[in-house]
Formats: sequence, C-alpha cells, structure tokens
Amino acid sequence: MSTFADTTFTTPELIRNFCIIAHIDHGKSTLADRMLQLTGVVEERAMRAQYLDRMDIERERGITIKAQNVRLPWQLEGQDHVLHMIDTPGHVDFTYEVSRALEACEGAILLVDAAQGIEAQTLANLYLALENDLTIIPVLNKIDLPAADPEKYSAELAKIIGCEPTDVLRVSAKTGLGVRELLDEVVRKVPPPVGEAEAPPRAMIFDSVYDTYRGVVTYIRVVDGKITPRQRIKMMSTGATHELLEVGIISPEPKPSAGLGVGEVGYLITGVKDVRQSKVGDTVTSERKGAAEPLAGYRDPKPMVYSGLYPMDGSDYPDLREALEKLQLNDAALTFEPETSAALGFGFRCGFLGLLHLEITRDRLEREFGLDLISTAPNVVYRVIMDDGKEHVVTNPSDWANGKIAEVYEPITKCTVIAPSDFIGAIMELCQSKRGQLAGMDYLSEDRVELRYTMPLAEIIFDFFDSLKSRTRGYASLDYEEAGEQSADLVKVDILLQGEAVDAFSAIVHRDAAYGYGTKMATKLRELIPRQQYEVPIQAAIGSRIIARETIRAIRKDVLAKCYGGDITRKRKLLEKQKEGKKRMKMVGRVEVPQEAFVAALSTEDSGSKDKKK
Amino acid sequence: MDVPSALPVADPAPADGSLPASALDELGSRPFGVYVHVPFCAVRCGYCDFNTYTPGELGSSASPASWLEGLRRELDLAAHVLGSPPAADTVFVGGGTPSLLGAEGLGSVLAAVRQSFGLAPGAEVTTESNPESTSEQFFAGILDAGYTRVSLGMQSAAQHVLAVLDRKHTAGRPVAAAHEARNAGFEHVNLDLIYGTPGERPEDLRASLAAVLEAGVDHVSAYALIVEDGTALARKVDRGELPAPDDDQLAAYYEMVDGTLSGAGLHWYEVSNWASSEAARCRHNLGYWQGGDWWGAGPGAHSHVGGVRWWNVKHPARYSAALARGDSPAAGRETLSAEDRRVERVLLELRLAEGMSVRVLDEAGREQARRCAEEGLLAPEALVGGRCVLTDRGRLLADGVVRRLLP
Repeated sequence: MSTFADTTFTTPELIRNFCIIAHIDHGKSTLADRMLQLTGVVEERAMRAQYLDRMDIERERGITIKAQNVRLPWQLEGQDHVLHMIDTPGHVDFTYEVSRALEACEGAILLVDAAQGIEAQTLANLYLALENDLTIIPVLNKIDLPAADPEKYSAELAKIIGCEPTDVLRVSAKTGLGVRELLDEVVRKVPPPVGEAEAPPRAMIFDSVYDTYRGVVTYIRVVDGKITPRQRIKMMSTGATHELLEVGIISPEPKPSAGLGVGEVGYLITGVKDVRQSKVGDTVTSERKGAAEPLAGYRDPKPMVYSGLYPMDGSDYPDLREALEKLQLNDAALTFEPETSAALGFGFRCGFLGLLHLEITRDRLEREFGLDLISTAPNVVYRVIMDDGKEHVVTNPSDWANGKIAEVYEPITKCTVIAPSDFIGAIMELCQSKRGQLAGMDYLSEDRVELRYTMPLAEIIFDFFDSLKSRTRGYASLDYEEAGEQSADLVKVDILLQGEAVDAFSAIVHRDAAYGYGTKMATKLRELIPRQQYEVPIQAAIGSRIIARETIRAIRKDVLAKCYGGDITRKRKLLEKQKEGKKRMKMVGRVEVPQEAFVAALSTEDSGSKDKKK
Repeated sequence: MDVPSALPVADPAPADGSLPASALDELGSRPFGVYVHVPFCAVRCGYCDFNTYTPGELGSSASPASWLEGLRRELDLAAHVLGSPPAADTVFVGGGTPSLLGAEGLGSVLAAVRQSFGLAPGAEVTTESNPESTSEQFFAGILDAGYTRVSLGMQSAAQHVLAVLDRKHTAGRPVAAAHEARNAGFEHVNLDLIYGTPGERPEDLRASLAAVLEAGVDHVSAYALIVEDGTALARKVDRGELPAPDDDQLAAYYEMVDGTLSGAGLHWYEVSNWASSEAARCRHNLGYWQGGDWWGAGPGAHSHVGGVRWWNVKHPARYSAALARGDSPAAGRETLSAEDRRVERVLLELRLAEGMSVRVLDEAGREQARRCAEEGLLAPEALVGGRCVLTDRGRLLADGVVRRLLP
C-alpha cells in the first residue's frame, strides 16, 4: 500500500513535526503504537507491543532511552499530510537529548496518566518544550481506567500550561479511544515547519544509533535546503566530511528516499562506525557551498557521574574493554579509561550522564556481554584548589590531593520534586539532610505540590531517589538539572582494614556526613567480611584521624566435628570448592575479603539486615 | 554412623564390582576393616541425616531379613572381588540402630563377616547400640558372639536436650547401659556425646560429662551438633523455632569437654575422640584417618581399597534387589589421583593427635606450617621433629589449617 508519505520533498505546509512528552509508563509507547496502526504504516498482525522501543532493557524497564522517529500519513478533511513523530527519551539523565529532539519539532503532545497526574520529569520536559516555543497539546491517557480522575488532572494540566480544562483531550491509547481526534488536533494546532528551501542545507542531528550492519544511522531534521544521496556532507562542529551512502525515512522500517527537504525528518548513513563522529546536536551541511552558520545549541556531552567498573573475574578485563568500546559506538556520552585498584584489580573509571545512565550501562554490560561486574560507589566531579593555587579535577576519590587544600567546588543541581502534599514534611526533612536549599514551592492542585531545591549532585546520586520513593510511598517524582558549582567543606573518608586503606571504599563526603559514612561502612563490613583466624580492626579515617572503629572478632572454631569413612569424599570435594572460592577472595593485606562483600558494601541498599555469611 | 545421607557425584561403578589391579596390589599393606551398615531405626531423630529408615518409611519394600540376605551376598561378592581377601583386623557395625537386630541378629552379621573374610587374631569388633534397646542379656549375647567393643549413643544427660534431639532414652539409661556392658565383660565401651544442642546450658554439658566419667568408660566421642540440610532440625532452625548453634559457644563447649576428659585421664587422639589408653582407641576408625583399606557393606556404605573409593545405593530395597540380580550394589566410585590421596592425607591425618609428617606437604605448604606454628595453631616442638600436630586452639581451627597447608 503506497501513501502520500512515501515520497519526500513534501511541501512544508503539509508537514507536522511533533513529539510526545510523558513520564515512564504513562503510556507513550502504547500511544505511538496506536498511531502507527491508525495511520496504516504497521499492519495489525505485524504490530509488536511498543514497536518503537527497540532494546530489551527499554522494554523491560518500560522506558525509552534512544529517540526514534517515524513518518506517518494522515488525512484531515480530504487533505493529505505528513506527520513526523519524534519519540523523546524520557529520563532526566538524557535532558540534552530531549532538548535536541524537542528542537526538531514544532509541537508536543503532553501525555499524562489520568489516574496519576503530571510527574516531575514530565514537567521539566514540558518547560523545555515551552522554552523551545513548541505548541503544546495536553492529553490525558488511560481514561478507561477505573482510577482515572480526568476532572482533577484536566484542571491541573490547564493550570500548568495556562489553557482551559476543556482543551485537555482525553484518550485511551490502549483501546484507541480519542486517538484519531488527537491526530486531527495535531494537524490543526501544530504549526508547519518553516525554512529556506533554496539556502545551503542545514539539518540538525537529534539522534544517532550504531547498527551492526549499517554502521552509524544518524537521525536528522532538515531546517534549510535539502539533503540528497551521493552528496558529500560536513559535520559543522568538527569540520569532518563524509560521503552520503543513503538518505531515507522511517515508516517505521528504514526506507531509502530521493532526499529530504525543508522540515522533513529522516535518517542518513555515511559509513562512519562510531556515534561520536555523528554527534547529537551537531549541524549537517554540504561540503561544497555549505552553510556558514551552524544551528544553535550544540554542545559536547559531559559526564556528570563517575564510577569504577571492575570485572569480578580479573581475566575478563579484556572482555570488559571490548564491551565498553562496543557500547561507546552507540553512546557518545559514555567515557572510560583504565584504572587500577589495589582491592579490585584492573578496571575502568567510567563517566556517565547520571545514575540511570550508569545503571543502564552496567545492566547492558552484564546482560548483553555476559560480564560479572563490581562497580564502586558513584561520585561526581570535584574541582580542588590547593593552597599554592594549583587546581585539580578529581573524578576518583583515590586522586584526592593529600596536600593543603584551599577550596573544593562540587556540582550543584536544581531539582524538582512533585508529590502529594501529605509528604511535604518528609520531603523537606530528606532534602535538608542532603544539604538541599529550598528554592520555591507551588501547589499544582489542592493536594499536589511541586518543591524546588538547590542540591549538590553528589547527594542526589547517592541514594536520594530511593529514599525519596520510600518516604513518599512511591508517590514522589524527581527531576534535576545541573546548575553550576558551589564551594563546600568536603573531606575524603578512607576505610582501613587492619590499618590498610581499601581504595574501593574511599568516599568524598561533606564533613558533617563523614562520621555517618564511616560508621555505616565499618558496620556493614563487619557484617560482610567473614571472621578470620585473627582479629581484624575496621577503621574509618579522615587523613590520619580515626573517626569510627569496628572489630571483626577472630574465628574460634571451623573444624567439622565428624569425619569418618563416608565423609571423606564429600570433605575433599568441599575443600576443592573452598579453594575455588578462595580464588574469588581479594586479599587486603592479610585479610580475605569475599567479592560479595565488596558488592554488598558498595551497593547503596541497606544490607544491614542480611545474615552474616559464615 | 559411617553413612551420610547425600552420595557424592562421581563415576559409575562396574556392575560386577571389580576393582583395578593397582588397587588390589595394595591390599594387605595396611590394616583391613569391614564396616556393616544397619539401615534401620525405630524412629527418625530430628537432627540425624544418616542413611536410615523406620519401619513406616520402608513398608514392605525391605526388612531386616531381606537386608541380612543382601548383606551375605555382598560379603560373598567382596571376597570374590578381592581375590584372596585379608582377614579383618577390625569390624564395625554401625547404623541406624544395630541393637535393633538383637544379640542374635548381630551374631548372624558377624558370622557372615567371619565366613567371607575371617577375623585376624585380636580383631576389634565393635557395634553401635542405642541405650534403650540394650540389656544385660543383650551385652552378654553379643560378647558371646565375638564382639569386643560397644559404642553407646548417649548424646546428653539432660532430659530437655534429649527431647530436642528426639532421643527416646531416659537421661540415666546410657550410664546404666555402660555399666551393664562392662559388667557383661566388655573392656572397651564408648559413649557418644553431642554438644551445642539448642537449649543446652553449660551446666547441662557439665552434668553430661560427669555422667560419662561416672560410667567409667575407656572411650568418649563428642561432636558439636551439626545442623544438616534437609533434617527436621534444620527446618526448625530455618523457621526460627530453634537457634542455630553458635560457633563461639561450640568452641567454649569443646574446651570444656576436652578439659574435663583430659583431667580424668581420657586424652584426645582425634579431634572428636578421647581414650584412656592407646589400647582403648578405636582401631577401626583410625583406619579411616590413616588411609587404611576397608569394605563397607550395606545400603549407602562407603568403601576404600588402594586409592579407589566407592559407595552403595542408599535404599535397602534397591540394595537387596541389585544383589539378588548378582550385581554389585555400588552406586558410584572414584579413583583417587596421587594428589587426591595427598590432600586426603592432610585433611585426615591432621585430625589426629599423632599428627602428620611434614613430608606430605609441598614447599609452600611447609612454609605455611611454619607460620601456623608461629600463630599457635601447630605445635612448634612437634614441627621441629618433622610432624604437624594441632595445638588446642589449632584443633578448633583445623579446617582452616588444612586449607593453608594445601596452598
């Protein structure tokens, strides 16, 4: 079946570019699926739930990491139109990618669960969309749910974006109710793209994905001129030029086309093998007679959170390197460099956009590459000024300077929490304990409140989100964005086993939290490290000053009481197993520390309740 | 008590039970023992994971009569497999509850052993017995049949401890049984103790030790309670109904046992065994620890001949069925490499008061032995003389010492 949307160089007046802004599991992917079906680009039987989310992890976590886009035909009052739906990433770590995806649109569907109301990340993305002058179409989803409260949440949305509650559309992406009307509304409300057809070509990269067979597939939105196959193109941030092997559209499978004109969205393939050569936010132009000025807003992705990743089995180190290299092909924001830990051996210090980015990366390394990993506690980037005026950038607590420190700067964030008003007290208490400063508070509706805080990033990446969720029975949502840096009284706390510092456990914390951290780690380790033949003191120290101490008492008995004729084979096999187990022990001085102890001590979850291993 | 419930995973055993010539070549170079496993108990005790069955569990699938029939066949097969079998230096009838067979039944068992192997002059012949199924007549009967040693399952002198262990005898019965055995003429009587049972207080253990000394036996075995997987006791501990034994408490109890027994002239010769003289030591068990050869007959019994270990099928019905077909009842076996045998020497001989020659160790192991001596785990003076002997503290930490001596 051929449609109006199959050929490119459509008149800009008939094009509508839009995205869907929604919180995780508010039904964005389901709505996208329904749109693919209603516009006829995907046949019913080929329909796979949540077609646009390609990766297993996305499917499992119900989130979209990488933006996808699709070209759809839609008729309104007998007139054919082309819709480009751009699927934005939904999480705070990917704010920059979201902003680029928004840049590629003129309109946004604000999709909110009619039983839950707007969440902090959605609100943050809405603000981004408003800053980009996008036309907002407010929509309540899941109105078929018994728990839906469309009156309440229509009023809330109307208040936030400044419209009438009756302007808020009501759909059920699951049943398809109201989705046709929504597509009509997109055509009516979203302005067509505007650009200069005769000007030198300028197209913005809003996503790039590594494909095993095709190399890097780059998603672009053409602003001016046109992009055609066999043209040589130039990346304006680096000046690098490439031959265009293919230009096409997604509907929803990639389809080569004669090119892309003003306002059109599609992909291009140049044969580059690494997404870092095709950077999100960059401007594509032609090599000859190219544009002089790039489109605004490009910046290099900057890691905000660092963690050491180590293979459980030291012999997996080359595999880990290879896996990271492969992931980097598809993840321009991921950085890594080799590092050595006395306790954990050889590994990599990896930089991430945020905590979710870290977790997803770790997950993929374990799942797709079959690696068993230990990750050290995440830390942010510190700027340390010494008394002599020298400056260090610290991405690893081990690099913390020993000399006289004049001042330390840490990154801070603006963070937004949305929650039922019952939890205001609990949230304020938590934020205060995390060195947060209240910047403002607004009621979104009678019983829902938005709290704005300025808070150190280091506090957020530790266990803030988990604490927030548990103190608000899961109701609070969180968003944060970087907001510069501040000077702070920070110290490095070392953890010592039998007098020897274990680098993997060192942390940079605020002086007021040092004692708490030291005590917590010492207690955790006392429970996690099996008793040895001698007493093992565990200490927490700032420099040479001991701030906490625990002791693992010496083991008194390990002998098996009985060993007769029928026990011998079993006992020998047990001994062999123990010797295998010993290989997985890390020696810290004379102390044998099981890898599980490292994993458990470094995880932010409370392991205090677990039984001590014998 | 030679037979734990779980069998190892290993190679299949040949149906005819034949052994490699290399194993047979070693026969006669060491003492030879016969172990007979009696897989019957009147009731199942909550802590016990041995291969034993109650009449209710067996139903009509097996009986003492069918077991004895199978045993005779296995002993015949053993004699055949071993060629010219050596006379047994030691016989040990364990279980289960051998005393359930009665003096007559135990007499038949020994007669079968005699017929297949013969007994060496001065052979040690032991049977385990539960105090509640013994009597003066019983002891007289088995002495008459040729038994030389009795091992009684006492466990504790505290009634509430016996109750937790599901033991049915009254607290005073084991000591009375020991007296009866000695009066019947048994020179060698052992009492088994279990310490560290949930709820056992120091004064309970003290009372048990006093009772043991009062009984005047020449041998005591004392075991820290092991909560074995799959037992009723383990389920109670998992559910939190009973506390798990605490290793520090077990260590203190061990010291109490060792102190009391040593003070009364019973000296340790293996980690969990004490005897009043060299002659009072259990020669059969020493065979296990010193790498001796033995044939273990009966369901689930383990054997060792010249570096080959094997074990029988566990269920009495399958055991008898295999033998009725003329097949070996062996379920699996393993042929030990030279290194396996060295490892076993370390883990077994180190448990003995005699200790182990340092020559068994490699260079790295000897270095560790020196360190263990410095740390008070091995006796320095014995090490100078070329032997690794555990100190009092080292005995409690023997498993860690074994791991260190085998780096």
